[in-house]
Amino acid sequence: MSGLSAPTVIPFPRLRLWLLAVPVLLLIAYLVLMDNGAISQTGAYLHELLHDGRHLLGVPCH
Amino acid sequence: MVRTLLVRGLLLGLLAGSIAGGFAFAFGEPQVDSAIALEQAHAAQEPGHAHGEEELVSRPGQKAGLFLATGLYGLAVGGVFALVYAGLRGRVGPRSEGGLALAAAGSAFGAAILVPFVKYPANPPAVGDPETINSRTALYLVMVLVGLAAIAIAVATARRVTAGPWARWVAAGVAFLVPVIAAWLLLPTVDEVPQGFPATLLWQFRLVSLGTQLVFWTAFGVLFGWVSDRAARRAAAVPATAASPG
Repeated sequence: MSGLSAPTVIPFPRLRLWLLAVPVLLLIAYLVLMDNGAISQTGAYLHELLHDGRHLLGVPCH
Repeated sequence: MVRTLLVRGLLLGLLAGSIAGGFAFAFGEPQVDSAIALEQAHAAQEPGHAHGEEELVSRPGQKAGLFLATGLYGLAVGGVFALVYAGLRGRVGPRSEGGLALAAAGSAFGAAILVPFVKYPANPPAVGDPETINSRTALYLVMVLVGLAAIAIAVATARRVTAGPWARWVAAGVAFLVPVIAAWLLLPTVDEVPQGFPATLLWQFRLVSLGTQLVFWTAFGVLFGWVSDRAARRAAAVPATAASPG
């Protein structure tokens, strides 16, 4: 039960607290990929700064 | 244990995002520049259309912003990936760390990138009506969710089939494709490519955009698998009592 053949199973109670990071990470992804000022309150600035990345990562941009 | 995986996902995501940014910068920026030139040529003919007139961020600024975008995208996606990986490890998928990392990264690319790309492909600047951005974004996200749900259904199906590997793979493939194809057929089509937009430019842009995601997921999967395998080998080399239980 060690090494490469059988990785240790992480019990779900141990994972639960860390799942709080998921909304934070999804918020970052949203701000990078989709926000047009609604949450960031920067108007079009964030959109324009991250413009090329949004297009080339394949998300709808404008 | 979870913290180690999360930090690994965040840092390797940032690294893979930067690599993908380099790819996009080298091969995608020429297409973005061409599309913006076309957009501005059109805007010059239509006085009412304000886009591209006043520059909030200069073009060099936007090209630097590309790396910020792909880096932060990698960070966020890498972190979520690591937590999903922590839940899957030892429960679902390949038993080796590297194998699981590659399988999970490949599945993520197929489900969350390729599935929406087929229905709603990437568009260069000058393609797409700003008025419809909210509905297009919502449809894109629905397609991402359909892809992720389909992969979960496929894995759950494969685990129930005991008739041998062929039956298992075929069942998983069908379980994946049925909801995906249904969504491709049922969701509304979006076609906002302006009249006269060069087809080669559109094709090249879409190819390089898909390539950017392919570079990201390949780099991330390989890096995450390699680092995880190495960590597992080290953990196996020290006596079991010294290894942390969680």
